[in-house]
Amino acid sequence: MSIEVCNLVRQVPGARQPLLDNVSLKVPDGAFVALVGPSGAGKTTLLRAIAGLDNCSSGSILLDDSPMTSVRDRAGRMGFVFQNYALFPHMTVARNIAFGLDVQPRAERPARAQIARRVEELLELMQLQGMGGKHPAKLSGGQRQRVALARALATGPRVLLLDEPFGALDPIVRRSIRTWLRELHDTLGLTTILVTHDQEEALEVADRIVVMQSGRIVQDASPMDLDEQPATEFVMEFLGEAVSFPGEVRHGRMIPDDALALPFAVPEGVTDGPAVAMIRPYEMNIQKPVSEQDVLSIYAAPRGTRNGYRHYTLQLGERVVPFYRPVDEADVQVQGVALDISRSRLFRQGLLCA
Amino acid sequence: MTRYVVWAASWLFILVVLVTPPALVLTEALKDGVGASLATLSDPDAQAAIWLTLRVSVVAVILNTLFGILAAWVLVKFRFPGRQFLQILVELPLSISPVVSGLVWLLLFGAQGWFGPLLERWNIHIAFAVPGIILATLFVTLPYVVRTVMPVMEVQGRDAEEAAVLAGAGFWQVLWHVTLPGVRGALLSGVLLTTARALGEFGAVSVVSGHIPGETETMPLHIENLYNGYQSVAAFTMAALLALMAMSAVLLRSAPEWLARLQEKKA
Repeated sequence: MSIEVCNLVRQVPGARQPLLDNVSLKVPDGAFVALVGPSGAGKTTLLRAIAGLDNCSSGSILLDDSPMTSVRDRAGRMGFVFQNYALFPHMTVARNIAFGLDVQPRAERPARAQIARRVEELLELMQLQGMGGKHPAKLSGGQRQRVALARALATGPRVLLLDEPFGALDPIVRRSIRTWLRELHDTLGLTTILVTHDQEEALEVADRIVVMQSGRIVQDASPMDLDEQPATEFVMEFLGEAVSFPGEVRHGRMIPDDALALPFAVPEGVTDGPAVAMIRPYEMNIQKPVSEQDVLSIYAAPRGTRNGYRHYTLQLGERVVPFYRPVDEADVQVQGVALDISRSRLFRQGLLCA
Repeated sequence: MTRYVVWAASWLFILVVLVTPPALVLTEALKDGVGASLATLSDPDAQAAIWLTLRVSVVAVILNTLFGILAAWVLVKFRFPGRQFLQILVELPLSISPVVSGLVWLLLFGAQGWFGPLLERWNIHIAFAVPGIILATLFVTLPYVVRTVMPVMEVQGRDAEEAAVLAGAGFWQVLWHVTLPGVRGALLSGVLLTTARALGEFGAVSVVSGHIPGETETMPLHIENLYNGYQSVAAFTMAALLALMAMSAVLLRSAPEWLARLQEKKA
């Protein structure tokens, strides 16, 4: 089921800035989209608006090209998983899962035995066999999360909306449930929108990432495009550690203010003027000395190993910047005369120079 | 040392102020023996008073529970203009003297009241009749369910309800299957407080009832009547019965706690 958000505005009385500022988004059928951004960016607000939980000042939401006005239009067609699970504490796991079926009008409601079978099916799908009779309070965080998912999926929705579903889980469970969720999405052929503040999680699980900031969508791209061509300095910084070098473009070359960073050629079409070069710590290189007389002005201090990278810090004048090299690199150049930052992206007034 | 002094002082205070009066009432009631005491209850006016009190309490409790739940729900879950004011309004009966609230009903529905003559034409009697007593009791007992349920609803939050709505539940289904089960302890507590208060209300009822023995006399009014007529055994027997009813309502409040503790021991 495809979802289309058109020019959505949500204004709250008393607030100067709208929570959603003219947001448009197209999610094709079968896509897995992650909404990322700092807290207060409007990710959850957008998700709740798509679910119909909050009223918007203007704009529309289309589900398979037909407009959704109230939350009732969506009942049973969209599954929603809340950040804190929002399970019904007084009901057993089985009753929680069956809720969406139990509340259907008598004429449409499946027979009791059919509902029981559906619950069993979902318990198995969620790897929760034998837990049907327990109350949510007796379950672990990961199990509660899966019960919430099962409840959201009970009515067979084609759309799954997840609001920070892994926020309260410990890192190991988090990682395993993430992969499992992606598999679930693929097997059931769902269209999924996931809200998360963890960009790594988004990069791992989603095939499209929507970056939000102050109620607006800043960039909507695949994880790869996002890394190669971040639309703004904010996106570049949000997606991972970045080091910035302010400077000036002159005659097709970027000349960083920092004398230790080497000038480099900029892509064609970038006009002269001030700019900021931003680069990931693993994309930098230390320039070897050419002759014996060269002064070794850069030295990388080791800071341990993480995620397949050796971490170092470099002293660049007043500031200390991170510097990573792959673990399997034979002999790492840890001292030298200058820093090669030619793989930087160039930004001018916060925006990427195309 | 200080701890024991405080402990002793609290118990002494409770004994003098709370335990002695019911104990004295009971001794006075049984002054001429149990038989004489029970005989006073077979008086037709006494029985009428007991029935009237029970009827009025049941109606007041049912209505105040229904409206109390809805009022608490609206006050907690929605933000609307005038919400603060409504919240203060709900507590008004706690601060206003019951006599004043009784007088208000007389002012509205009495023979000289605003709507009195109109209602008289339709042959509807509110003042000096049972409906007036019910209205007065309703007013006095209104805050209890709202005030006990509200804080628990506040803690409950909206998430579970929203999840229910998204699963396709309608308004009443959400209220019945999700909201109410979450506040049932507080609700029971509120209902029982309402019951206790409704049984014992004197001031407001006294003003609107007209004290017609056998017709508009509730138990508290009947007790006063008996006492003023020097029938002290009958008065104190009725008083003991009323106290017993109200106390059992209050004691029932802690029943869920006991049950929970019992279940825990079993588990």
